[in-house]
Amino acid sequence: MKDIAPAPQCGSPSADPTFEAAIIGGGVVGCAVLRDLTLAGLKCVLLERGADLLSGASKGNSAILHTGFDAPQQSLEVSLVQAGRRRYLSIHERLGLPLLKTDALMVAWTPKEAARFPELLAKASMNGVPGVRPIPLDELKQIHPHLSSAAVAALTVPGEHIIDPWSAPLAYALQAIANGARIERLSEVKQAKREEGCWVLTTPRGNFGAKVVINCAGNFGDLIESFARKPPFQIKPRKGQFVIFDKTAQHLMPTIVLPVPNERTKGIVLCPTIFGNVLVGPTAEDQDDRQRAGVDTATLQKLLAEAARIVPALAEELVTATFAGLRPATERRDYIIEALPAESWITVAGIRSTGLTAALGISEYVTGLVEQHFVRLKPLCEPVWPKVPNLAEHLPRDHQRPGRGSLVCFCELVTEDEIEAALSGPLPAGDLGGLKRRTRAALGRCQGFNCLAAICSMANDRLLSPLPLQK
Amino acid sequence: MIQEHAALVIIGGGPTGLSAAREAAKHGLEEVILLEREAEAGGAPRHCGHLGFGVRDFGRVQTGPRYAERLRNLTNGLDLRCTHAVTNVGPGGLVEVSGPQGSYRIEADRVLVATGIYEKSSAARLTPGGRPFGILTTGALQRFAYFYGNIPCQAPIVVGTEIVAYSTILTLRHFGAKPVAFIDSCPQLRTSAFVALGARFIFGVPSFTGTWIASIEGEEQVTGVTVESLQGKRTVPCDGVVFSGDWVPETTLIRASRLAIDPKTHGPVIDDYFRTQAPQIFAAGNVLRSARSAGTCALEGRAAARSIIADLKASRGKH
Repeated sequence: MKDIAPAPQCGSPSADPTFEAAIIGGGVVGCAVLRDLTLAGLKCVLLERGADLLSGASKGNSAILHTGFDAPQQSLEVSLVQAGRRRYLSIHERLGLPLLKTDALMVAWTPKEAARFPELLAKASMNGVPGVRPIPLDELKQIHPHLSSAAVAALTVPGEHIIDPWSAPLAYALQAIANGARIERLSEVKQAKREEGCWVLTTPRGNFGAKVVINCAGNFGDLIESFARKPPFQIKPRKGQFVIFDKTAQHLMPTIVLPVPNERTKGIVLCPTIFGNVLVGPTAEDQDDRQRAGVDTATLQKLLAEAARIVPALAEELVTATFAGLRPATERRDYIIEALPAESWITVAGIRSTGLTAALGISEYVTGLVEQHFVRLKPLCEPVWPKVPNLAEHLPRDHQRPGRGSLVCFCELVTEDEIEAALSGPLPAGDLGGLKRRTRAALGRCQGFNCLAAICSMANDRLLSPLPLQK
Repeated sequence: MIQEHAALVIIGGGPTGLSAAREAAKHGLEEVILLEREAEAGGAPRHCGHLGFGVRDFGRVQTGPRYAERLRNLTNGLDLRCTHAVTNVGPGGLVEVSGPQGSYRIEADRVLVATGIYEKSSAARLTPGGRPFGILTTGALQRFAYFYGNIPCQAPIVVGTEIVAYSTILTLRHFGAKPVAFIDSCPQLRTSAFVALGARFIFGVPSFTGTWIASIEGEEQVTGVTVESLQGKRTVPCDGVVFSGDWVPETTLIRASRLAIDPKTHGPVIDDYFRTQAPQIFAAGNVLRSARSAGTCALEGRAAARSIIADLKASRGKH
């Protein structure tokens, strides 16, 4: 047991209450950092600009739990991806988080791509990922019978799994709240100043004082960074478009299929989702806008063609959804995570597509920086472990529970009780997107033809940003 | 897991399913179970508040909700199970159900799939642009209006010129609202020119053919749509986009059972007796193709029920 740390020595007249740590940004990284610092005994607040958590970069990704086999060697990214993966595997059951234990295949479609395998195998070995090996084409056919026969060569990558990209960060946030953390939404940090050794963060919902600030602002990272210093990096939002196929396609995708990566991106992935769909994406398109992420028909058609090239039977399957996400890339190849002791500030920036996997590694690393530079930790003796409801297709869902009420969403089999639960509790959905992410309602094949009116009418008066419904 | 037996399981309690159940009962077939996933049977007519229902099957004109009620009344006393959703139809007619008391199975001699249709979503149409609030289908808009007494947009652009598109005028007028315009990528109207002229001159809502969406604008709520035609692009202010028509048969159970889909109709392949490729599984109503009237579906439901009864008699005779 460590000694009990003294109460924070910063009391600012213009901010009440005062926290030991303020986390700016409620994406997956911010949620994980909030959890770890709270469990480390710190009084924390998380400030999110959106009406709900996960409304920025964490809203859209491929939801793969990476091994880091192809991450840049000796990078911070690879070590945090691997630490994050280990920690997810060790805590996911206690938080009720699902894991779909697929493996991945990296498939070369040309001899030139296949020629890169020795280099990738060496990298996997350097990165300490066991079991990555070339497999003969007949074994490939056995593992993935629906794959196009145009494959030239393939590697198998054991341990690349699929997780729930939204329940995971929500579980981190809920555990933080259950152990005393505070989360404020619709709280964009408009200004940040230091007064008497304490940060005062100005938001539309009041001022928050904090001893240390942790910048997890994702696509707004450099703007937030400028409160502490001239940002040494620039966020270059990179858009990724995705297409989701109907659940009837799931039997066509027993594993993740990765392309051979190029210098710039990991390329277009085809994989199952935890919800029982098949996903294809992302593209990699640089843009200036930090918020808007629209899709375009030509690109979506290209993704569909790419999916059908890899798994020809997908050409017959229906499209359930399309979306675009923005990953907060910077001009650097690696994550940027550093403490500024003089400024009482920690920067967490440039967390790109691997952020979902790395989040718990990043939060552990950040907790180390906090202890090293700022506050002595006093880990909670018996933290509370709340569980999140399961939304994964391969595990029991609420609609199977005897005594359940009516169904609201038929495509995703969401019950009225599930909607009700997502609208109440310590972290109720703040907007319609948040409600969908918590329940799956309206995310299925009919996209709300049947349930949109029901969920909007149930939710309307209870959301942080009310819907524009006219009576 | 509880397992029951039934002579016939009907999946879907819309005009097709309700009419099939009634017809089966009339012919004395016992052990018929009708499964409906919603809390109330009646299907899509329940949210079509306008007149035009009942002509073909009852010989009189009614509103959708009245028609649905009449269909329901005809099935009084039958084994109709609402809030029971079918999750799978296995080979040989093993029906897996999620019901309020948990999951169970019904071993059915015959299954009739009458799951209807829905309108193709903005996403499935690969519509470009963002996804702000206010993007929905005509069916969803009707459910807002007729089930919950509210509407999510006051002045939407309506995509499509099938007759269902123009029903948005009737839906929105109860709230003092109306569409901004109808657009269709097809160079010709998909409905009678009189309908479009009526919309234009009685309600002041123009129709533009050969026009499609280039982008949906807005962050929280829809603020406008950039439309494109051979003449070029322009941005039209609006607060919603209603996608109408372009029906998708609800074939999930058929597809999951790997039964063949007809590439023309997008419904299951059936023979002259409504039988799919699986000898125990039949399909009727709008799941077979794009939307037809509720009356047509009801008559089809009756015909499919008679066909199934004949089939059951024949197979029982053999044993």
